[in-house]
Order: sequence, then C-alpha cells, then structure tokens
Amino acid sequence: MIALDRLTRVFQVGDQRVHALAGVSLEIEAGAYVSIMGPSGSGKSTLLHILGLLDRPTAGTYRLEGRDVTGLDDAAQAALRRDRIGFVFQFFHLVPHLTAAENVELPMTLAAQPPAERHERTDAALGAMGIADRARHRPDQLSGGQRQRVAIARATVMRPALLLADEPTGNLDRRSGTDVLQILERLNADGITLLIVTHDPEIGERARRRIRMVDGLVAEDRRRDDRRREAP
Amino acid sequence: MRARDAVHLAGRALARYPGRTTLVLLAMAMGVAAVVVLTALGEGARQYVRGEFASLGTHLVIVFPGRAETAGAAPAMFGGETPRDLTLEDALAIGRHPSVRHFAPVIVGAALASFGGLEREVPVLGSTAELLAVRRWHLASGRFLPPGDPRRDSGGCVIGAKVRREIFGAERAVGQWLRVGTSRCRVLGVLGSEGRSIGLDVQELVIVPVAAAQRLFNTPSLFRILIEARSRDAVAEVKRHALATVRDRHQGEEDVTVVTQDAVLATFDRVLQTLTLAVGGIAAISLGVAGILIMNVMLVSVSQRTPEIGLLKALGAPPGQIRRLFLLEALVLSAVGAILGLGVGLAANAGLRTLYPVLPLRTPPWALAAALGTALGTGMGFGALPARRAARLDPVDALAHR
Repeated sequence: MIALDRLTRVFQVGDQRVHALAGVSLEIEAGAYVSIMGPSGSGKSTLLHILGLLDRPTAGTYRLEGRDVTGLDDAAQAALRRDRIGFVFQFFHLVPHLTAAENVELPMTLAAQPPAERHERTDAALGAMGIADRARHRPDQLSGGQRQRVAIARATVMRPALLLADEPTGNLDRRSGTDVLQILERLNADGITLLIVTHDPEIGERARRRIRMVDGLVAEDRRRDDRRREAP
Repeated sequence: MRARDAVHLAGRALARYPGRTTLVLLAMAMGVAAVVVLTALGEGARQYVRGEFASLGTHLVIVFPGRAETAGAAPAMFGGETPRDLTLEDALAIGRHPSVRHFAPVIVGAALASFGGLEREVPVLGSTAELLAVRRWHLASGRFLPPGDPRRDSGGCVIGAKVRREIFGAERAVGQWLRVGTSRCRVLGVLGSEGRSIGLDVQELVIVPVAAAQRLFNTPSLFRILIEARSRDAVAEVKRHALATVRDRHQGEEDVTVVTQDAVLATFDRVLQTLTLAVGGIAAISLGVAGILIMNVMLVSVSQRTPEIGLLKALGAPPGQIRRLFLLEALVLSAVGAILGLGVGLAANAGLRTLYPVLPLRTPPWALAAALGTALGTGMGFGALPARRAARLDPVDALAHR
C-alpha cells in the first residue's frame, strides 16, 4: 500500500536547516491500522502531510499502491488526493457557509460527478455516520462530535484507499472522541487503510501497529496480532 | 467541476459576507448606472439639438462674404486682398435658381429708433419679405414687409416685441411712424417672441427693407444671404450654384463662404458625440475604482478563507480549479453589480424622461455594451491577482492557518 524509502524533509528556518524527516523507510500494507506518535517536532505531522501528498519530500521516494508518486505534478497529485486519500483534521475544516450535506458533497462536486449520484452517496454517508437528520445544518449548528462525523463522511465519500487522521479527537470531549475513534476503526474493519497521528498514548495504543517517532526518525515500531486486547 | 456547481459555490461564499458583498455591488452598480445615465444625457442633448435644427428651417444655405480661413488672422490684416462686397445683385442672381425656394439678403447694423419722446439704440436688420419664411418667424400683430422689388424701399418696417414695449409702451404700434436713424418708416407689424437669430435677439430687432438699410448704413454690402433649398437633396446644388454665381460675378474670385445647415449640424453632432464619449469615459473610471474595490475584497476573502482553500486542495482541487473558483466569485460580483446598475440607470433615464420630456433620453446601445464590458473586464482583471494568490497557497500552511 505505502512504501517509503529513506524519506527526508528539510525545512529552512532562518539560516538553519531543520530535518523534520531524517530518512524514514517504512512499509504499510493495505488495510492496516497504524498510529504515529511522538513529541511535537518529531516529524509525525510532516510524515502525514507527505503521505497525503500535501507536501513533497526533499529526498527519498514514496510509492503509493505500487506507484512512485514522488515526482508527480500538482494536478496529478490533486487527482490522487481526490480519489485515493481521505483527510480527517483536528479542527474538522468544514466550510462554514455550506450545510453538512454540501460539505460531504464537496469532493464529488470538485470531481464533477452528476448531482443525482452525489445526493445519493451523501445521504448514504451521512446515514452511516448516524447524522442523517443533520444534513441541512450548518457547521456552527453542530456539536464537535457531529462536525467530526461530517468531516469523516466527507473524507470517505469518494471511497479512498487511505484515510489519514491528524489528531482526530484532539478537539473533542472524551465521549465523542471515543465515538469518532470507533467510527474510524469500523471503517478500517471494512478495509480502509487507517493512519492516525496523535500524541495521546491512550488513542495510539488502540492501533494494531504503533510507530513512535523521535527527531525525524522511526524510534519504535510495534505490531500486535492479539485482536482480543484491541479495545480496552 | 460543473459550471452550475461553481456558480452555486461562488454565490454561497459571497452570501456569507452580506455587508461586504453589498458594498461592492453598490460600487459596481453606481459605476454602471453613471455610464448609463450620463451617456443618455449626452445622447439626449445630441438628439435634442438635431430636433431643434430640423424645426428651425431645414435645408438652409448661408452665404457670407470672405473666404473662411482655417487658421491665422483675417487675410486683410496682412495687406492681402479685401474680399469684394456681396451685393444685392449677387443675391438676386443666386436666388433665381429653380432649386431655391426662398432667399433673403440680410444687412445688419445699429441705429437709434425713436417715437414720441422715447429713443433707443436697436439692431437694424435690412431684408426682404421672404425672410419671414426662411426664418420661420411668426407675427404677433400686423403683417411683414411686403413682397416686391427689393431694390426699392417700400417705407415699412417690422419691430420686435421688446422694441414695441419699450418705445410704444401702451400705445398701438402698427400704423405709427417710427424714426430709424435719419429716416422714418411706418410700422407694419410686430414679431412674436422667437429667441435668437444670427446672434441677435429677435425681440430687440427692427426689420426694414434691404434698400432702406443700404441707404441708412450707406453701404451696398450684404452681411448674409439666407437661402432655403427646395429639398434636402437640393442643398448641395444650391451651394454649388451660389459659389458658381459669385465666381462669375466677381471676376473668377470665389470670395464668399457658403455654409449649409447640415455642416453646422454635423459640427454640433461631432461636439456632442465627443462630449458623450468624454462623460461616459469619466463614468467608466468609476468602474475601474469599483474593480479595485473588488480586488481588495477578494484579497481579504482569500486571506480569511485560507483554511478553506487548504481544505479544497486536500480534497483534490488542483490549483487551476481554485483559481477559476475565485475568479468566478469576482465575475459574479461584477456581473450582478452591473445588472443592478443597468436597472438603476435605465430607471433613472425613465424618471428623467418624465421630468424633462423635451430631452429624448436614451442610452445608446454602444454605451450599454461598453458599460457591461468594462464592468466584467475590471471584475476579471482585478480578480485575477487574488485568484492566483489563492491557487498558489501551500496546502499545509493554508490548513494550519488560523
């Protein structure tokens, strides 16, 4: 699914060169449930951005579904983001002047899909998140948990292969946070590859594979096959 | 992305800031309305002048002595040839042509007019019976100069309304003997209040037979010959004939200038057309200002909606699509503003038409097209920079923007 080979990302801060990623090599198989943890500045967000094709590595290669995507141009990367990758953000990033349904519809609108099909899939996605009755609400009329569900519906409505979540519960109370995680895990159980970036160990420990990053390098990479201990 | 969806999204984004959007629409609408109304005024003035000329005795040809010089002082000042006099015989020769319906020789001067104890300096106009027809004047009372041989002084005269009021007062004027300069004439009629003619106020005039004026001012020279051609098509022929006649009679010298009403009208037309263009152009500047306002609003919008732009990128919108979305917002702003402005401008035209029915107010089609084109053009032009800025945002920075 994902193969990274000696990936580096260098930022120029003033006259200093900061290695956000200092040569990360990693393979993630399809259908995996991976958490990436680490202190701030460890490079976990940078890694997520590069995996999501929002940022480009300074060196190294990134293969997504067997294809080298490192050197693709902006338009080709945009198309991949649209069709194969879903994003869930800490601050939801819903468009404030669009309703929940219009927000979910947005990726399909950008992809110029016919309206009838868009509406059908939007209704289905909102129904699956249990918020079909909130379709006509604007984001500021929704609770945090509901907003994140709208965001997840939007991230998955194009049926991507990879779902990237950046602190998806960081802005939620404990209960809606757990709800959101369960939704993400259910999507993973249905086959989507799930990658969660978090600094909350309790959330990170739920993943079957837990990667710990320090100073732009993978410091720890643990896997668990014992499915009984998955949900504490 | 479907065009309908794009317009819908642009509309939703603009509706999010109603105050700001309204202000920009207002600026754009004012600019377009200004172009519509001001060009209508200019065009209305042009049509009005055309109409006045038409009612003023059409097909008019005016002959006056001396060649018109396009530059410099009169040739006489350089010791050149003084133009030969234009005489009554010249006028009679020109007037014999079949294409001439009416013609009237004119001499102008000033003299003292007196009756009883009252005396007044008046402009005196020497002419013939046909002057009335050529100038389309009306008489308030009495009759005009009698027809007959213009070389003979019939001894009558016609006075303007103001002369009648100031010299005769409450007394009846028609039939009285009026002293003009060194001679006397019997008042035949009083002119209605008509306005101005050849730079003279008709109400102040005393009109005498041309022979009397020649004697009074001791000159054979005419000031003008006014000719009315039989038809519009005959105007050119009359002009040719007048020039040829003068050349024949003045030993081959074409020392007169012939002006047709059409030429005067064409000059007015050009002046007013230019004025309309200039006024419209000034109004169009306000459209440019509205365009700058659009740019400002779009720049603010791009910076306020940076996270949204980051999101669109994350959702898979390529840079070109984002640029088009923002350009479309600018275009929607200018188009809606322009349509509002058209409505306001046309309504104002209709209002002015009812207030001033004499002015045929109508915005010329080219001005409508230019106003719309300029509005949309400035929207596109000034929307380009903000749209490009939005398209070039780095998605990671944009998403992190708070």
